[in-house]
Amino acid sequence: MNNAVPDNKSLTQSRVSVDLKTWGPFIALLALAMLGVLINPAFLGLDNLSNMLTRSAFIGIIAIGATFVITAGGLDLSVGSMAAFIAGVMIILMNSLVEQFGPGLTTILLGIGASLLLGLCAGFINGMVTTKGKIEAFIVTLGTMGIYRSLVTYLADGGTLSLDWGVRDIYRPVYYGHLMGIPIPVLVFLMVAVAGYILLNHTRFGRYCFAIGSNEKVAEYSAIHVDRIKTMTYMLQGVCVALATIIYVPRLGSASGATGVLWELEAIAAVIIGGTVLKGGHGRIWGTVVGAIMLTMIGNILNLTDAISNYLNGTVQGIIIIVAVYLQRASWRKSAP
Amino acid sequence: MHTRNHPLLSARRICRSFGQNQVLFDIDLELVPGEVHALLGENGAGKSTLVRILAGYLSPSEGEIRLEGELRRYRSSGDAEADGVVMIHQELALAEQLTVEENVFLGREIRRGPFLDHRAMRERCRAALAELETRVDPRTRIKDLSTSDQQMVEIAKAITRDVRVLIMDEPTAALTEHEVEVLFALIARLRERGVAILYISHKLREIERIADRVTVLRDGRLIDSAPMAGRSKEELARLMVGREISDMYPERTELASDAEVVLEARDIVVPGAVKQASFTLRRGEVLGFGGVVGAGRTALIEAVLGLRARSGGEVLRNGQPVALRHLRDAVRQRIAYLTEDRKGKGLVLNMGLRPNLTLLNLRAYCRPLIDRRREEQAFKEAVERFDIRLRTQAATAAELSGGNQQKLLLAKVMSIDPEIVVINEPTRGIDVGTKHQIYHFVRELTEAGRSVILVSSEMAELIGLSHRVAVMCAGVLTGVLEGEQINEQEIMQYASGIKGVGADEQRRA
Repeated sequence: MNNAVPDNKSLTQSRVSVDLKTWGPFIALLALAMLGVLINPAFLGLDNLSNMLTRSAFIGIIAIGATFVITAGGLDLSVGSMAAFIAGVMIILMNSLVEQFGPGLTTILLGIGASLLLGLCAGFINGMVTTKGKIEAFIVTLGTMGIYRSLVTYLADGGTLSLDWGVRDIYRPVYYGHLMGIPIPVLVFLMVAVAGYILLNHTRFGRYCFAIGSNEKVAEYSAIHVDRIKTMTYMLQGVCVALATIIYVPRLGSASGATGVLWELEAIAAVIIGGTVLKGGHGRIWGTVVGAIMLTMIGNILNLTDAISNYLNGTVQGIIIIVAVYLQRASWRKSAP
Repeated sequence: MHTRNHPLLSARRICRSFGQNQVLFDIDLELVPGEVHALLGENGAGKSTLVRILAGYLSPSEGEIRLEGELRRYRSSGDAEADGVVMIHQELALAEQLTVEENVFLGREIRRGPFLDHRAMRERCRAALAELETRVDPRTRIKDLSTSDQQMVEIAKAITRDVRVLIMDEPTAALTEHEVEVLFALIARLRERGVAILYISHKLREIERIADRVTVLRDGRLIDSAPMAGRSKEELARLMVGREISDMYPERTELASDAEVVLEARDIVVPGAVKQASFTLRRGEVLGFGGVVGAGRTALIEAVLGLRARSGGEVLRNGQPVALRHLRDAVRQRIAYLTEDRKGKGLVLNMGLRPNLTLLNLRAYCRPLIDRRREEQAFKEAVERFDIRLRTQAATAAELSGGNQQKLLLAKVMSIDPEIVVINEPTRGIDVGTKHQIYHFVRELTEAGRSVILVSSEMAELIGLSHRVAVMCAGVLTGVLEGEQINEQEIMQYASGIKGVGADEQRRA
């Protein structure tokens, strides 16, 4: 018997359904944007758009890290408090460095370096405890979430940690500055997204994440260092949190026990809206990017209208998350044989 | 002989398509009370689709099903079960975290008022398990049971129902020899009781023993349906494949007398599974591993390859001690492992075919990013070389038939160009045609100077292919048989601990 050539019809059929799955989040984003324009033409203003993208950068960058963790079958609930903790340590460190190096670039670079190192370590801890300790990621990161949250509250002595005013002036452009007319946080977001896309879809590491998330046993029997790859996803997540924190600190110049509250849920929501499967095995970076922007856009649109109270932001977000996932699942169902 | 009664369940002109792809063409099938009806066919012949239609899991695209002459349109397996049509699955469908009794009565719990009647359920469950002669406690959780015990629970679940038509899809794939005997005795009792039984198996010897009537499917079409009496295994095999199968086992490769030892394991100990096992493997040799399920063969092999922790022993490759701590280390030593569990450990079912193929040796397709064109090329070559049949445009590994999954897995394992290939149960649940291909593939390997370790529960396979057979019993490697010693009786005696190392201890225990 020879290998039958696939008939064209089934080929086009599958292509159409794949397209729907891939483009679903983009279509939803477009629809939301159109709604925004209808409600208030100011929505399309350059200032508004750039402001919105800048704000979505924090969640977006964190969510890109979360895409890797979730694709590989893990979960990280600690990202919000991790961000707060890193912000707190960064501020304390930079404030103390001012005496030695003055409020200059050295101080800020050391702060940034410390932030990245902390993120890497925090991710490493999450990864090692889940893989070597064989404890569910949910439990481990629920634990570290509580630990980081209380640590930052302790460091701030229940109040707020404020960055030295001198440092603040020099650090300010990292959040408020532009490069080629594009806000720096947006540029960072874009770069992280592109790097994440390449890493997830075009490297061994990414392929291994898919395989591990789909079936850990198969990955193990394919000679993949499962524990190592999983730990690496948490470390990557840590670095993403650190990057988000680096651009967050100059925004307010302070950190407290209330910093980054519920960011973990927003990040996970962005990942899920984007079409990544929560139980692992399938991830999409651009979907995540769209998801993060959508979440910010909802708040933005509610700000521009009086029809719905701003306090209902969470309600609208919640509905959109559920609807988005429902639509994705419905198309999964249809394409299944 | 039974006189043939009126059919209990009859299917007429059943057709079924998945999208553009028709998998069943005008199938007629009649199940008669008190008759064991065997359904035969290669993988992908449509057996599973047909039985899923009979048991209400799928609806036919065309055709009708009648129960005692009355037209039935099952919309779910529940509908069919209400009629007494019960199916035992090939893939175990049990809730892992629930206990045996909870599983047996899942969805049809016995109640007293609004509350569960635990005592009644436990008693009935115990009675069913006793009939199956298993020692399983109804209160154990499924996840703590061995695969063969789980299969017995699945059977117990079926017989506690008021069953009139029992459909069994490869029930013996995971059972030990003793359990198979118990199952056959049970089938005989059910037959006496007037249950109509539809039995799917690849094992022609089983069919020969228990079937009253045989129906053969090939490529979704009914080829033959007739009484079993007076038919031979050979004839059935020919009907299934559609051609004569001669030389099922190819001639063994001549082994040079001075063939060097390429792999040696010394005193391997795996806590709770293997006691001080040693073996050697020579270039160009097929070393068989025999023994019953649970004798520790897989544990030994996986401990050698670095997939399981071992508490003692060492491994030598070409005479040099090597530390294999992870399968990756074994791959570096050009040792490939073909797992027995192709769906659970072998292939990522929801992934595409190409990523599955390249997963083991992805490094070779990176520079440094993954080169999709090279992947595509490798896939084309694999399809060619391993005769993977893409009957439909299969997007994921799950959509391939069992035999083709096995070939894809073989292609994946061979992608590292191994010198030693460890094959664990290569022919479990696959058809005669594919088996034949795999046996010839083993021969090709040894001809090219590679060595093969073959772990198998099929006696005929071990005898037909191996130069030497190592036999294990309860974690002890009881002996390595050579030449004339390799026959069914000897292997059985070593496998049951009557002969060989530790035989005395076994007897005392």
